[in-house]
Amino acid sequence: MIALPLALLLLQQVPPADAEGAIDWDKEFGVEEQVRDPVTGELPVDPYEQSNANAGARPFSGTEMAATFGGQDGIRAIAERTVDLSHEDPRIAAIFAARDMVRLKRTLFEQFCYILNAGCDYTGRDMAKAHESMGATTRDLNALVENLQQAMREQGVPFAAQNRFLSKLAPMSRDITAK
Amino acid sequence: MRRLFALFAPTLALALVAAPAAAEDAPPVESDDPLFEGGKLLLTNGVTGIEGSSGGGVATWATIGGLETDSGVGLTGHVTLIELPDFGWQSHGVAVGIANRVELSYARQNFDTRDVGAALGLGQGYTFNQDVFGAKVRLVGDLVYGDPLLPQVSVGIQHKRSRDAAVVQAVGADSAAGTDLFVSASKLFLSHSVLASATVRYTSANEGGLLGFGNAADDGRSLQFEGSLAYQLSRRAVVGAEVRTKPDNLGLGEDDWIDLFAAYALTDNVTLTAAYVDLGSIATFEKQRGGFLSAQLAF
Repeated sequence: MIALPLALLLLQQVPPADAEGAIDWDKEFGVEEQVRDPVTGELPVDPYEQSNANAGARPFSGTEMAATFGGQDGIRAIAERTVDLSHEDPRIAAIFAARDMVRLKRTLFEQFCYILNAGCDYTGRDMAKAHESMGATTRDLNALVENLQQAMREQGVPFAAQNRFLSKLAPMSRDITAK
Repeated sequence: MRRLFALFAPTLALALVAAPAAAEDAPPVESDDPLFEGGKLLLTNGVTGIEGSSGGGVATWATIGGLETDSGVGLTGHVTLIELPDFGWQSHGVAVGIANRVELSYARQNFDTRDVGAALGLGQGYTFNQDVFGAKVRLVGDLVYGDPLLPQVSVGIQHKRSRDAAVVQAVGADSAAGTDLFVSASKLFLSHSVLASATVRYTSANEGGLLGFGNAADDGRSLQFEGSLAYQLSRRAVVGAEVRTKPDNLGLGEDDWIDLFAAYALTDNVTLTAAYVDLGSIATFEKQRGGFLSAQLAF
């Protein structure tokens, strides 16, 4: 009975389309539209100094670890799988929802590849900057580690080598988790 | 029984009717319990030791029991059976972990003397009982994260109360109750998949307190050592060895303890530990070597 008048009332509340177009709210509030790079597909970031030191760990020496992880192809698969698992993980999905997944997959791959001495340079930001104001807890970090462990396991990396790699990442917790 | 059912039936019916309606109105259920949300990496809560505190089974670690991390509350319960040639030792208890910072624990130990009880004139199957109330606080460091050379360091206290005052004083103990103090440092060295732990305990306990504390001459306090070395085979499996030194206040030839253990995380919440233990001479009955089996439920 009351559905029709209510619908009419609601329709009246909607402003005409041309009226909305008259005011550019993005401009009013100084919002700049983020456009993905046509080549890389990544969103732009503020400039920063690029350095392998940003990777947060010294690389392994020799080629053994890189080979154990299946070279750059294996490492890329592990990095991307870790990001995908975390993006779908209800424990930490909220943290990843606001991230540029394209850029994250690339920089995580570069970081893993650099640390595993598989012939990459790391071009991302340092760990403190990259995790600034993220508010990550140890519980979040543990969830990420479990996803990385799953990705490494799926790629056939032996457990001892998984732990050797984690030994390079574990000290970064100080920069990753919120104090 | 019928009256009881009559009392509950209307409530049950009401609950059944109310449930679907409530489900529609209620906000979506959070995936994790806000109180026991868990979050520790598998096995990094240790397994509950015979005294109720988390560790490797026989040795105490700096770990905090329960699966909680920085802000949550965790809970563990354990049952342990130690089968020896002449004795049967059973322990059960609970522990609460708060924010991976504080662990509060209680354990009850029951030590069945079987035939030895008769031989010693205590009576066949005489059982020594002991309550252990524990508290542990993590001071600094993290078992897994942070500086790879900075271990997780905790201090703890265990107040033990033998429930056999007359017997333990008859065998020469100064007191039936005592308090142990300890400092513990533990670290998982990921680069080698090795967990190492060392604990120094200031204690006067005879056979862990089952035979009381100190002796007639003095309170018998001394510094004792507990060490564990473990290798992580997988996320779920770890094997290791432990040693625990003990005083010999009663002059009964009390020995140090050693064990070889294997722990397996059956699920995120259930850990089973099996060990071979060598507890040496107990109440002059030598070569007490046997099996150790423990189940831990953790949230």
